Amino acid sequence: MRSEAVFAQIRVELSLTLRRGESLLVTLAIPLGVLVFFSKLDAVAPSGYNDPVDFLVPGVISLAVMSASMVSLGIATGFERRYGVLKRLGSTPLTRIGLIVAKTVSVLLLQVIQLILILSVATAIGWSIPLAALIALALVLVGSVAFAGIGLWLAGSLRAEATLALANALFLIMLFLGGMAYPVEKLPAVLESIAVLSPGAALSDSLRGVLVSGREFPFDSFLVLCIWAICAPLIAAKRFRWEE
Amino acid sequence: MTSSAISVSNLCKSYGSLRAVEDLTFSVARGEVFGLLGPNGAGKTTTVEVLEGYRKADSGDVQVLGLDPSVEGQLLRQQIGVMLQECGLYPGLKAYEVLRLFSSYYASARDPEALLDEVGLTRVRSSYVRRLSGGEKQRLSLACALIGRPQLLFLDEPTAGMDPIARAVTWDLIRGTVESGATVVLTTHLLEEAERLCDRVAIIANGKLAAIGTPKELTTNTERSDIRFSTRTTLDIDDLRLHLGLAQGAVIEESECEYRVFVRNTPDIFAALGVFLRSKNVEIESVDAGRQSLEEVFIQITAETSVEATP
Repeated sequence: MRSEAVFAQIRVELSLTLRRGESLLVTLAIPLGVLVFFSKLDAVAPSGYNDPVDFLVPGVISLAVMSASMVSLGIATGFERRYGVLKRLGSTPLTRIGLIVAKTVSVLLLQVIQLILILSVATAIGWSIPLAALIALALVLVGSVAFAGIGLWLAGSLRAEATLALANALFLIMLFLGGMAYPVEKLPAVLESIAVLSPGAALSDSLRGVLVSGREFPFDSFLVLCIWAICAPLIAAKRFRWEE
Repeated sequence: MTSSAISVSNLCKSYGSLRAVEDLTFSVARGEVFGLLGPNGAGKTTTVEVLEGYRKADSGDVQVLGLDPSVEGQLLRQQIGVMLQECGLYPGLKAYEVLRLFSSYYASARDPEALLDEVGLTRVRSSYVRRLSGGEKQRLSLACALIGRPQLLFLDEPTAGMDPIARAVTWDLIRGTVESGATVVLTTHLLEEAERLCDRVAIIANGKLAAIGTPKELTTNTERSDIRFSTRTTLDIDDLRLHLGLAQGAVIEESECEYRVFVRNTPDIFAALGVFLRSKNVEIESVDAGRQSLEEVFIQITAETSVEATP
């Protein structure tokens, strides 16, 4: 396979993402909106945080990761499968690996854009980037793998409309119950015990362990995240059907 | 290099208990335009998808450009162009972006803009695929199949949804590809398309090969034993029968002003018919005699096969 093919494919994948208004809404507008809006609500953060922003930034980063890797990637891939695009690509010299590399790189590039915007806004409202942010990048990668696995699991086994509905539903559920904009500690006990097993809470909690000073790294949350990152892509690969 | 572009022997493919293709054997020579005809569900698409490498045969031997599609697919995909029934192109890309993307897949691709011009899409080059008409999408899809200078082109219903003018343009494009040395395999349900384009056709019914040959061969052996004609004004059929010297029942009126005479069309019979029409001052509208059309052969063969298949 030619490297030109992969580069052209990356370009197409990324520009398709940036062209879809709903994808910009979910990957950029909503995370930034959540960051700005909830940073004004002192009531949100649990005790142990000096500023709601300290609690929010890691949560908004996981929200951004989820929106790019699960929602945007999953829905786009589901519709490519529906329209026969994936089948058509199957008869060209572009290999499956080439396509997966292109999709991966385009999601990572989107996340770079997201992180730049989130960190700029966060800095503007008084957050300072800690040194440990580099470790946070590694967590972002693990989280991406977990959420991309879930997105492709939906895209490869459900009808495109079902993928659309379910990915958006998971996005909303995880936004409020996955420790992103609202702490799981404040949920009712039953809900909390389920929520901590979600990839959203696992990623947000792990990120807080790195980004919030004075917190210990939550190895249990990190373990939950790793399990999602291993299992979801495996199930996705096993369940993926190239034609709807 | 093998002499044939495609050789298939004893191909079988089932989906569960459904036998989609049964013991199919045929070959396609290089430079040939080969048509696969058959009613819906006959096994055409399954056959083509095995050749393209999408599906693996249960048994039998399949060679495409000297390669086994299920094993050497990656090598094969660089040399084939595929047009699927579903357009299968990104709805959110512009026409020229789609073609530019496809050109990046091939080492010696054609110039996207020149090809857009050839398929008559220059005017809509900057339109999104989702905004193109059915026929425009088909032509863009054909351009994507042609961009890599394929040695072998698979076309699944290439002119479905096209108006007659776009169809003529497409047929010219396909002929042009053949002139540059490519082999074409096309499935179609348009018998006119098969008659105009194909060097040879295979008729598949119930997963089996029902007939194979040039369109002429398939129609030559089916000399029809009747003359059909229609007129502007009605005729007296008994009068005509006596004039032609035929037995009772040899002339029937199928519907108003449409007649059928059960006799081979010798020059004498035809001349006698002409004399009769002149004597009655009746104008003829259409006449059908001699060889059956491919369409009639097709209907006959598929009807026979489906009768055989019924227990």
